[in-house]
Amino acid sequence: MTAPSRTTMRDAFVDTVDEALEHDPRVSVVLADISADRFTAAAERHPDRIVNLGIREQAMLGVAGGMALTGLRPVAHSITPFLVERPFEQIKLDLSHQGVGAVLVSTGASYDYPTAGRTHMAPADVALLDTLPGWTVHVPGHPDEVTALLRSALSGDEPVYVRLSEQENPEPLVRGPGLREVRRGGSGVVVAVGPMLRPTLAATEGLDVTVLYAATVRPFDPARLRAATLAAKPNVVLVEPYLRGTSAHVVDEALPDVAHRVLPLGVRRDRELRAYGNTDEHAATHGIDAAGIATAVRGFLDART
Amino acid sequence: MTTTTAPADPEYQALPALMSRMTGDEKHSAAATSTLDVLWVLHDRVLRLDPAKPEDAERDRFLLSKGHGPMAYYAVLAAKGFLDPAELDRWSQFDSPLGAHPDRVLVPGVEIGSGSLGHGLPLALGQVLGLRARGLTDARVVVLLGDAELDEGSNHEAIAVAGRLGLGRLTAVIVDNASATHGWPGGIGERFEREGWAHRTVDGRDHEALHSALTDTRPDRPLAVVATVDSKEQ
Repeated sequence: MTAPSRTTMRDAFVDTVDEALEHDPRVSVVLADISADRFTAAAERHPDRIVNLGIREQAMLGVAGGMALTGLRPVAHSITPFLVERPFEQIKLDLSHQGVGAVLVSTGASYDYPTAGRTHMAPADVALLDTLPGWTVHVPGHPDEVTALLRSALSGDEPVYVRLSEQENPEPLVRGPGLREVRRGGSGVVVAVGPMLRPTLAATEGLDVTVLYAATVRPFDPARLRAATLAAKPNVVLVEPYLRGTSAHVVDEALPDVAHRVLPLGVRRDRELRAYGNTDEHAATHGIDAAGIATAVRGFLDART
Repeated sequence: MTTTTAPADPEYQALPALMSRMTGDEKHSAAATSTLDVLWVLHDRVLRLDPAKPEDAERDRFLLSKGHGPMAYYAVLAAKGFLDPAELDRWSQFDSPLGAHPDRVLVPGVEIGSGSLGHGLPLALGQVLGLRARGLTDARVVVLLGDAELDEGSNHEAIAVAGRLGLGRLTAVIVDNASATHGWPGGIGERFEREGWAHRTVDGRDHEALHSALTDTRPDRPLAVVATVDSKEQ
């Protein structure tokens, strides 16, 4: 599964769930109109396991919790702010507090829909879920990664968040959790999350740094991060496609006994970006296009020497 | 005290003493808790629940959405054998399973952890849909809410969907002590009926009336039972 795919992450999500419905009687889907058109055929085959509630995101998460309590494996899906932020207490109480899991699949990450403005952006999604214990968080960088990670999530019981994006890397890299080494160097370690790999590789071209790739950020694979950091100078750069610094605490927790520096890059948290345009313009403004990452990483590494 | 047609059932008569083990109040009568009679009739005569098999897939589900003031709930669970009455003496202590809001992970027979209003009905809706998807179509799901709890918008999402889907295995019991800040013009039952539910409003202290209403289900529409109690009650 290394050939570039022409399907989007969202296509891969729908196809994977559609297939799982055929062979796993536990799988169910709860929708709030978003993507309901993509599940029409599946809903005709499995009318009791695909429920579109209309535009009711609180009920969507409550229903997912109720279904999980009866032994099903519910998938709840919407655009990121409506899946994670609006019904956040339902995620906290109807899933986590009840001690049950579900697979939450968002679409439209951070500034994927730049012309839609702030209402359709939720770059704090991973940080928010990070306030709840036990969630696995996948941030795939390619549709084929979506398929592999989602299949694994559907067969389990634990709470899982899968963050789909319109931004993607040219090739899939991983089929499971953990950090993957893409390049090795001695001046520091740059961790690129999901779709941030492509600009990160361009930005670090010619730099003497290790580049690690993560499509799963919770849990974060502290062992591999630690090993890579100990094998280089203890300079860690995080390049995340969501709120800047979201994973800074897990880097610190992986290196409690190592004097280290962390440079977190990601979506700016110091102001609300009121702009439309395109995703390249947003990436540049947040400093996470290839040029911005290159400038930041060079400055960070130079500052120590 | 409200008049009651409750029979001289020794189990029912024992509930105030069980409650006083938590409140320390010997005068804590049945009338002091708005939900006691509904909880009793449900657990004594309506729901198919077995303390020996609290996880039985075929069981009915009872969800206490109005999770605050759960003393009556714990007393009923103790009377029915789900809880050791000795646990009542330690309630709300650090290592007690019984908190001021119930936690399903800690108490056998408790279907949901609750306390934050507006979660029980959507969870119950999901359970009905989940049971149907599993082919367990005999089990009922009964959720108890307070009238003020209906203020939460999440309930209205669930009320509309459950009515439209015609989920006959779902019952919402609303204990109405007229505590909603802005009230419900036309009555609570009218609002449910408008969304496609069957509805009965009864005296929340009358065991026969409660039993009749709670068993008056329809195959093609959910049931709302509004149990009215004195507005001065907690």
